[in-house]
Amino acid sequence: MFDQYIVCEDGFRTRDDGHPGGVVEVRMPYYRGLGLSMVEAVDLVLDGTPVPPSRTTFTVHGTTYPFDQLPSVLDDRWEMGERAQLAFETDEPLAPGEHDVAVSVRLRISYMPVPGGGRDAKRLTLPAGAAA
Amino acid sequence: MSAHSIQRGVSLYSFQEEYFLRTMTLEDCVRAAGDMGARGIEIIPEQSIPGFPHLTDAFVDDWFAWMEKYGTTPVATDLFLDTKRYPGRWLTLEEQIASVHRDIDIAVRLGAGIIRAIINTPPEVMEGAAPYAEEKGVRLLLEVHAPFHYEHPWILEHLEVMHRTQSPALGLMPDMGTFVERFPRVVSERALRDGADPELVDYIVKTYDDHGDTHALMDIMNYRHGGPVEVGLARQATHYIWTDPRSMLPHMPLIGHIQAKFYEMTLDETTGATAEYSIPYDAIVPVLVEGGFDGYLSSEYEGNRHIQDAFPVDSVEQVRRQHAMFARLLGE
Repeated sequence: MFDQYIVCEDGFRTRDDGHPGGVVEVRMPYYRGLGLSMVEAVDLVLDGTPVPPSRTTFTVHGTTYPFDQLPSVLDDRWEMGERAQLAFETDEPLAPGEHDVAVSVRLRISYMPVPGGGRDAKRLTLPAGAAA
Repeated sequence: MSAHSIQRGVSLYSFQEEYFLRTMTLEDCVRAAGDMGARGIEIIPEQSIPGFPHLTDAFVDDWFAWMEKYGTTPVATDLFLDTKRYPGRWLTLEEQIASVHRDIDIAVRLGAGIIRAIINTPPEVMEGAAPYAEEKGVRLLLEVHAPFHYEHPWILEHLEVMHRTQSPALGLMPDMGTFVERFPRVVSERALRDGADPELVDYIVKTYDDHGDTHALMDIMNYRHGGPVEVGLARQATHYIWTDPRSMLPHMPLIGHIQAKFYEMTLDETTGATAEYSIPYDAIVPVLVEGGFDGYLSSEYEGNRHIQDAFPVDSVEQVRRQHAMFARLLGE
């Protein structure tokens, strides 16, 4: 229902911790907030290559979680329309310029017999001079 | 026009597009409702209150200040039941009842006397939570949401609990998506923009509009070489239903609130008349009057998701049109 808004057009940037990689801001394709234990996946494909979840982290309102921790997070939520930061590591620093960013969100929604969520893909520009 | 005491309200769900994109704040949503004379506010706490289920005193103070400022009244909250909260196991019955108790407390704190119990709430959870709802003076109303209807076994199980316990706290909240007389064109037009085969779209729309058998539509799309878009549209056709609005009449004593679902309010530029394209409110509202319904018609706009790819979404204008229609149908 909000698939086209998953990948935010702005906010794409390099990591600020010195590691190669970047941060893409993402929103949940759903009309309410959801507890993080029900966020099953936020999968990233960068320039056609899947980034393993072990190389990504997920940040909501300032708190960062590795994806293998989310199933046990019962006291925090991804709010409706909230921009979460999906940070990822790459082998080499990202080149400035355009990148294809595809994100697929899988949610465990109790009243639905099949997984919820959605997917979105956009071509984002990494600002020149911002690369690590 | 018979005498009636039906009132008008808005579920803030209606403004989800603008709230999601942060072009409207929660206060803006309340103001918009008040501005169109829709005095009753329905809120989905999990949608509109960051930090849910923890409500700060500051939030609650703001909430009541907005009600005062915009001439509105809290009427209903909508609860969800996250039976799949834990990976690998379902919530126990006790945990489900505790979840409803939590949401009853939130409704009370927000000053709402009605709680929408989502359709997946099991009858035994309604029964288990009823005493607490009675104690707190709120009503727990099961939404009757398409594709369910008043003869469906799931609803009959709920009715059995309601009639056996005679709990004054339990009842029904009809969603007007059970009275979709013709297929919403915003939905079929979206499928066409997404590349659906026009002949297959016509087949689906015609089957629906003829009130034909939609059960096998997904299979037929597959037989006719349809892909995900056509099959998805066929699935939608099985999730809208048309039933006679008079099917609500035998249940009127249980009905405490109406979710006035809509997909597209049309405007006749010459006469200024507004109407819903697929849901015949001019047939529905007289049934509610006849049945003595005295609660709120609460707008639930759900068209945004079908047009956002190609058109600007103006949820406030859509809700305004629905309320112009309600005002006419209610003889205001």
